[in-house]
Parts: sequence; C-alpha cells; structure tokens
Amino acid sequence: MNYAPAGYDEMFCSEGTPRDSCREFVARLQEIPEQELTDRQQAAELNLVNMGITFNVYGHEDGTEKVWPFDLLPRIIDADEWKRVEQGLKQRIHALNLFVSDIYNDQKILKDGVVPKELLESAKTIRPQMQGFTPTEGVWCHISGVDLIRHDDGTIYVLEDNLRCPSGVSYVLENREVMKRAFSQVFEGMSVVPVEEYPEQLLQTLLECAPAHAVEPTAVVLTPGVYNSAYFEHTFLAQQMGVELVQGSDLVVDNGFVYMRTTHGVQRVDVIYRRIDDDFLDPTCFRKDSCLGVPGLIDAYRRGNVTLANAPGTGVADDKAVYAYVPQIIKYYLGEDAILSNVPTYLCSDDMQREHVIANLDKLVVKPTNESGGYGILMGPQASASERAKYVDLIRSNPRNYVAQPMLQLSTVPTLVDNQLEPRHVDLRPFVLCGKDIYVMPGGLTRVALVRGSMVVNSSQGGGSKDTWVLRTDEAHQLSMNHAAAYGGEHA
Amino acid sequence: MARYIERAENVARFIDVNYNLTLGEGSALGHQWAPLIYTTGDEALFEELYGQPTRQSVLQFLTYDQRNPNSIISCVNNARENARSVRDTITVPMWQQINTFYLLVRSAARQGQPLSDPNDFCDAVKIASHTLLGLTDATMSQNEAWHFGRMGMLMERADKTSRIVDVQYYLLLPTAEEIGGSLDVVRWSALLRSASALTMYRKLYGRITPTNVARFLILDAEFPRAMHFCLVRAQHSLCQITGSPMGTFRFQSEQRMGRLRMELDYTSIDDIIREGMHEYIDRFQSQLNGLGSAIHDDFFRLHTESAEPTQTQSQSTS
Repeated sequence: MNYAPAGYDEMFCSEGTPRDSCREFVARLQEIPEQELTDRQQAAELNLVNMGITFNVYGHEDGTEKVWPFDLLPRIIDADEWKRVEQGLKQRIHALNLFVSDIYNDQKILKDGVVPKELLESAKTIRPQMQGFTPTEGVWCHISGVDLIRHDDGTIYVLEDNLRCPSGVSYVLENREVMKRAFSQVFEGMSVVPVEEYPEQLLQTLLECAPAHAVEPTAVVLTPGVYNSAYFEHTFLAQQMGVELVQGSDLVVDNGFVYMRTTHGVQRVDVIYRRIDDDFLDPTCFRKDSCLGVPGLIDAYRRGNVTLANAPGTGVADDKAVYAYVPQIIKYYLGEDAILSNVPTYLCSDDMQREHVIANLDKLVVKPTNESGGYGILMGPQASASERAKYVDLIRSNPRNYVAQPMLQLSTVPTLVDNQLEPRHVDLRPFVLCGKDIYVMPGGLTRVALVRGSMVVNSSQGGGSKDTWVLRTDEAHQLSMNHAAAYGGEHA
Repeated sequence: MARYIERAENVARFIDVNYNLTLGEGSALGHQWAPLIYTTGDEALFEELYGQPTRQSVLQFLTYDQRNPNSIISCVNNARENARSVRDTITVPMWQQINTFYLLVRSAARQGQPLSDPNDFCDAVKIASHTLLGLTDATMSQNEAWHFGRMGMLMERADKTSRIVDVQYYLLLPTAEEIGGSLDVVRWSALLRSASALTMYRKLYGRITPTNVARFLILDAEFPRAMHFCLVRAQHSLCQITGSPMGTFRFQSEQRMGRLRMELDYTSIDDIIREGMHEYIDRFQSQLNGLGSAIHDDFFRLHTESAEPTQTQSQSTS
C-alpha cells in the first residue's frame, strides 16, 4: 500500500504501520484488489443515488438536489478513546444545559464574575423572551452536534458546540446502511457498535420532555419546507420516528395550546422537534415578517403547554465567544475539569487579546461568533494581505463579532481518490441527546475535505463524508456474545 | 404458485435483515444464523445436510440448495412448474415475470451471488416477487383463479409472520421479567424490518415495546403482513370462490377459516400473553395447517372420494 500521510493520520502511524485499532481493518483492506475498491466505491455511490440520499445547495444551477458525497474508507475509533470522548460530551452538554437555565433565570454565573456580563448582553443569540423560563426537565439542548477535531499533537479538541438545529445525523444512519451493502466483505467480522438505535433514542428524548399533562404525547418535526438544505434529514427523522412532518402552516395555536390540522380536524401537539431557527418560529414574538412559523407558538411554549426541541434561546451557549468560557462553565456548575479540551481562543472583544489577534493575523483563523456552515471565516495563513486588511477593519468595527484561533492541522484518514488511497482531512460531529439521561450516538458524522490539503469539510462547500466505526471493547463484546450464545445454546 | 413466490420472498427478507444485523458483530458465529433456520422451520433437514449452522451453510441452504424444498431456488422452481401447468389461466406478463424470476435466481446461484453478495441477491428476489404481485393485480381478472392465488399467498404470509414473531420473540425476550426493561432496540427494529413493518409500526405506536410489536404483527387489521389482516383477506377470497354469504359455511375449509379469523377478530394481546406467545402461535400454525389441508380436500382432491361437499349446513339460524 502506497500511502504517505503528512500529519497525524487516524489509520496509520507515521512509520506507515497501522494503528492497533485499525490493524484488522487494514489487513482486510490489503486483501482487496485495487480495482475492486473502486468498484465498491461506485456501488456505494449508486446506492446513494438509488436511495435518494441528497442535500440541497442554495443557488446550485442544475436542480437543487445533490447526491451526498461518500467515501468508502471508514474512520475507525478505538473503544477506550471513544469512552473518554463520550464522557467528555456528556459532561459538556450537562454543564451547558445548566448554563442556559442560569442565564435565563438567576444569572449566578454572571454575578460571580465567571463569565463577563457584557459578553452575554451583547450576544445576538440571547432571547429576552425566555427570561424567567425553565423548560420541562430543565432541558434546553435536547439535540446537540458537537464538532470535534484531532490536531497534529494527537489531542482531540472541541471545535464548536452546535446547540440550535445541528444537521447530519440522517447521513450517519444512511452511511452505515450503504457501507454494509457496499463493503460487506470488510465490515463482516469487525466489531462495530451499531448506530441504528438513534431514532428510538431521539423519540424517547422528545417524549420524555413532553409537558407533564400529556399522558400519551404527540410529537412532530417542524420543517421550514422542501427548499431547506436539510429537508432530506427532516423527512428522514420524521419517518424513522413515525411522527408527522409539519410546516408552520399545518399548526395552529388556540387558547394557549398547539394543534395540527388533520383530515379528522385538529389534534393537540405536545412536542415539536423544530428545525426552524429561533427568529422564524413565531412572528408575534420574533421576526414579524416570517411566514415559516406559527403565531402564538412562543406564548403556548411559555405557558408550558408544548415542548420545543431545541428550546429557543439555546444559541446563547454556542456563541463562539461564549465557547471560550466552556471550561470555566463546566468547572463552575459541576466542579470538574473539562474532559475534552477547547481550542485556544482569543476574544476580539477583549482589548489585549484583540491587539494580539491583529498583530498575528497571518497565523490565526478568524471566525464570526455567530455564523455556521463555515461562512465568513478568514484563514489567516492562506489569506492575501488585502483580505487580512479587510478583516482588521471588520474586527475593529465590531470586535464582539469575532474570535480567533490558531490554525489547526486536522488529522487525516485514507480516502479513495482516483483509485488510490490519499490522506484527506476530517472532523467528527457526534450527536448528543439530552432527556432524562444523556445519550451519545456511538461515532457520529465524519466529514472529509475531498480536496488535497483542504481543511474545509462542510458539505455546502464540497466536503464529503465517511462511515464512522466505534469499535467495541473486548469486554462489552464478550458480554454480547455470551448473551447470544446463551440464546443459541438453549435453542440447539 | 403465489404461495411459493411469497415463500421465496419471505426467505429473502429474513436473510437480508439477519445479514445486516450480524455484520459488525465480530467473528461470524454460527448461532447468529441458527434462528433463521428455526424461522423457516427446516431445522431437521438442515442438521441432516449440514450439521452446524454457519453463515455460509445457512445462506446456501436457504438460497440455492435444491435439496431444501423451501430454499429460494426450490420455491421459484416450483412456482414456475405450477405456472407452466396453468399457463392458460394466468396472463402473459405474469408468465414472463415468473420465468424471468426463475432465470434470475438460477443465474445468481451459478455465479455464487447469494453467498458473495446476499444483500443484492435478496433485494432482487424481493423486487421480482413484488413485480409479480403488481403484474397479477394489473393484468388478471379478479376471478376464481385470482382469488385462489391471493388466498394461498395470504396464508403463506400469515404463517411466516407468525414464525417471525415466535422465534424472534423467544430469542429477544427469554424471560417475562424483561418486559419493560432495557431493550435491544437494534434487534427489535430488525424484527420489524424483517416483516417490512418498521415504518408503519412507528406511525402507529412510536416507541418500540415487545407487547406492541406482537400486537402489531399478530392483530393489526390494516398492515398487510399482520396475521389478522391476512386472515381477513383470505376469508374474503374464499367467500368469493364459494359464493357463501359471510357468516355461513358449506365447506369444511370455510368453517375452519371462519373460526380462525373470528378468533383473531376477538383476541387481545393480553389474552395471547396470558396463554403464552409460543403456545398461541403454535396453536395458530396448526390451525393454519388444518385450514390448508381442508382447502386442498375441498377444492383440489381428485373426484374419487367424497369431493363433493358432504354437509350442506348453515351456521346462520336467523
């Protein structure tokens, strides 16, 4: 195998030998002729086309649907490492939930001076409408997608917390399905933790957080509609959970309760998994010009008559300037050190840090605190002098809107390019569900930058994806085998 | 003919789901494939031919081993033989589809596809079967022959669904205490998927619980693979064939069908759990077998013995 990674590679050590967790996989891979790999890759792509797994790109000319780009070689994560990541994510989401509750209620963390008051007051994502409100079970972030990257030094860092409407989980499930079909001879015999229980877990999370009066709660998925880039995911999740997919116009608020229109009249709705941004949820409360939402929804919500997942106003905790304080937030509420590290982050709202950022713009990545999808980012080392000058002006005119981080070298995973394996940079978005308990999907969405050397993994900007395998521990695996053997034995 | 095709499709469905489920389970241990043999009910023959169940031996036995009368290839073969003998009754598109189906399975078997690529093979079998169903509905008059075909298919389907429930319920829920405990959701979803029932189950019940899964697959009146649904429609076809008014019978088969359907109409899942899932299904299967022989006796036995309906009685006294 002719494969030469430059930095940290998830599958091979620098000497070109497979990492322990990948040894079995690499051995299987080596038995497969090169042409066969390409054939399998094509089979996978054909599968995706036939299954209709697509995403929408705004402004794309030949039709709006694009087929989801998928690479055959999985990202493999060792059981022990995953255990630590899982604990770290649970800890983080637990603390962030407490943080959001505190911010909309007593604001103890601000009074104690752990997080600066001005930072919160100037956050675009804060929703004063939620002041004094606590949702059912105290859960604000029911569904989170936390972006993780591994730097050259081998450490896994949290890059950002997506607490509003994180997308991508449908692709995790479909990638696994495609993988099993297209690459079964390699999949077979590997001990991979299944991801297929996610829809059940999601449904459970949503129903657990229903208002107390709902004995048999009705949940729905609220979508902005067929033109949204994640519409495929909205339909997928609704179908997998067996709940209705609705648009704002299907819902109506009456006397403080939310109802959906059906052919048999109206039916009360208790839980709404909303995939519409805060601003568009309710024109009587947020943007007046929005026709996507439901008039009166927030009033019904504030009365405790309906659960919104995620809660409006959670965005305050995934603001990139607040992100810089997450380790302190964890320490403050839980009295523990953060298990997963943050990427060092400079806040441009801080005078000293801002001057440092401006002086070192050629070494740093500058990000707006509130954009998603990789928009508005300046890659300092790769930018031209004039682009950097433009950002100096932008930062000075609105310092609160920018943070800066050192340029990170994302780890790579072998990826099939023109019949060859080549290193391509990846990140990872695990999905975390928070109801009465916290559940972390094993693995998550591995996004891969398909262009050589590129670190941009967003699908909206030409990134692809891979199946993510969390390997079972021997212990857990042995347990499940014994279980199976016990059944088999009784029958035989 | 319809019954054989339905059987082939069901075998393909079991394999497909089990294969997906056992991928990623570590070393391919034989016992994970053993339940498939129980589901088709041929464990004695399997043991005689192969001994220990392994992935390879089970796949081979169920797909292209002609010594197994219930393998996919045997079923499709028999269906084609039956179709040949009634070519004057079925339509040209139906015959062509059965023939294409047969050629497809034969050529896949020759190339070893059922072993190397079970997913694609099973997909092809399922689609071929569905195509035949569609063609039958679209091209054949709904006459007596159509109703016989429909009835055979539905009875086969009821039987296979009952086997899925029986075997998987037993495997997934070894003790009664586990009801309400933590569930192996992946496997329960797989059970529903093996009856293509996951989507419709979710719509009706949402979260997966063993009781609801059993209730859905046994008693649902709207889901096309539920045992109750199959019996209701099979009875309808039988009535169309005999011309007996609903609620009355002239033939023994009508009597048996009516009783079995009536029992499903008025049974609750609590009754079934009280009786014992396995005991209930066992009884169902033997009643279904009895019904099958009664249909044979009433309509297909050669006119040497008492082929005419011996009793002409009416249940309805009003």
